Amino acid sequence: MPEVWARLEDVSIRYGPKVVMQNLSLDIVDGAITCIIGLSGAGKSTILRLLNGLKRPDAGRVFVRGQEISTLRERDLISIRQTIGFSFQFAALFDSLTIGENVALPLREHTKMSGEEIDKLVSETLESVGLGNVESRYPSELSGGMVKRAGFARAVISNPQCVLYDEPTTGLDPIITHILTNTIKKLRDRLNGTAVVVSHDLGSIYMMADYVAMLFEGAIIAYGTVDELRRSPNPIVQQFLQGSEVGPIPI
Amino acid sequence: MSALEDVGRDTATFLEYAGGVANLIGESATFIGRLRIRVNETFSQAYLLGVNSWTIVLLTSLFTGMVFSLESAVQAVQYGIGNLVGGVVAFTTARELGPMLTAVVVAGRAGAAIAAEFGSMVVTEQIEALQSLGLSPIRMLVVPRLVALIVMLPILTVFGDIISVLGGMLVANIYANISYDSFLASVRSTLPFGDVVRGLVKSLVFAVIIVAIGSYQGLNTRGGAAGVGKATTGAVVTSIILIFIFNFALSYILFRQNA
Ligand SMILES: Nc1ncnc2c1ncn2[C@@H]1O[C@H](COP(=O)(O)OP(=O)(O)O)[C@@H](O)[C@H]1O
Ligand SMILES: [Mg+2]
Repeated sequence: MPEVWARLEDVSIRYGPKVVMQNLSLDIVDGAITCIIGLSGAGKSTILRLLNGLKRPDAGRVFVRGQEISTLRERDLISIRQTIGFSFQFAALFDSLTIGENVALPLREHTKMSGEEIDKLVSETLESVGLGNVESRYPSELSGGMVKRAGFARAVISNPQCVLYDEPTTGLDPIITHILTNTIKKLRDRLNGTAVVVSHDLGSIYMMADYVAMLFEGAIIAYGTVDELRRSPNPIVQQFLQGSEVGPIPI
Repeated sequence: MSALEDVGRDTATFLEYAGGVANLIGESATFIGRLRIRVNETFSQAYLLGVNSWTIVLLTSLFTGMVFSLESAVQAVQYGIGNLVGGVVAFTTARELGPMLTAVVVAGRAGAAIAAEFGSMVVTEQIEALQSLGLSPIRMLVVPRLVALIVMLPILTVFGDIISVLGGMLVANIYANISYDSFLASVRSTLPFGDVVRGLVKSLVFAVIIVAIGSYQGLNTRGGAAGVGKATTGAVVTSIILIFIFNFALSYILFRQNA
């Protein structure tokens, strides 16, 4: 049995009358890359938010390393969140700070590293996502793809045990997609880190995923390795993987 | 039945709002009490929210003092009490108009700026980004603005008080021939120094209202760009109403003995 890094247990989420998740359960395997796939609006980003306590379930429980986080107070979540990186879909860089300040922020606030050490680590981390010499620029001065990679650097700079990636490669060119997919794998290999990746990019999923979970109408309808998923008899999974417009998925 | 339900829902919404604002003030106070204040950010906010407001405070105070004097000086001279005009202008300015007008214009500028900035940070997930880094938006964003305005609003108020009295003095001199010396003598004999200080106590409270309401509205923005607009107008309207209500309550409490 692989170790479990986090567990969603019978989680339900509602917004007003709209049910987004109903008794959803999912284990995130420690030290593995789990990809979450599903249609837009299926609740993929919500799963990531549940895993670091940004969103609380209306019913059910969320565990990280065996500790229930869904009942913790905001201030008790702080130490847990420091061990979890979050790369947002649209980067969510602070637009009043430069790229360098953005990436340095977790180190400045949570470590006693000197300014020089921080600067060095910031530029190394930015290099590792293919960004050189952008430290003094502001987010508004960079292209969408560059901003996204800077957000990625901010999420991984403090070597978190787990990184949650919300559509890390959506909207990026194939070369950067390849680099980032490799970076996600490299980070997992270092420190035995865990990663949860929401993605639509089947190419990069096949390249990096240890496990894939497919979310559909509020539940996990398929879970397994890439090969298992490809062989899945479920017509919804097959339709999604083939990107076909004919099938059981309502369009 | 539905009217009753509406009242019930409105009451619940009101209580949730009041509770949320109280919570925000309480959490900020805890950080301030533990001296977890980001100094550089506080200085830059003091500049952005406070120093940058001085022109509007100058203009509103100047013309308020002037119109006050315009309305009272000529009549006062006719009744033979021209020597009281300076006192009347200074008294009302320091105790009532100065703190309130300054707070209202700063609410329109700084309160709106805070709500709009936080609102757009919510919409672009920057607030969640802070939280995901294990950082408290209250400590990182609210506390610096709160401390900055608690320092700057009384300073702006004193500045506004002085400008208002000077404006009144100018008009009294031009329109009613009241000499500067007699105007100032009247100011000195009518206005106890304690009243100026009590006026500033008001502006401390107003500073808390402006930042707390602006922050709360901004941080609770829902629904994209339109939500930011709503949060901003909501912040300005609510804080101005609260400034008026608290002004009355504070006048009652602070000036009871020597009214
Ligand atoms: N604050 C909110 N208010 C109302 N509905 C929301 C809110 N946040 C998310 N939703 C709804 O929840 C569903 C899941 O959202 P999300 O997790 O972002 O989906 P995904 O990332 O799979 O596209 C969507 O249908 C979305 O409309
Ligand atoms: Mg999403």
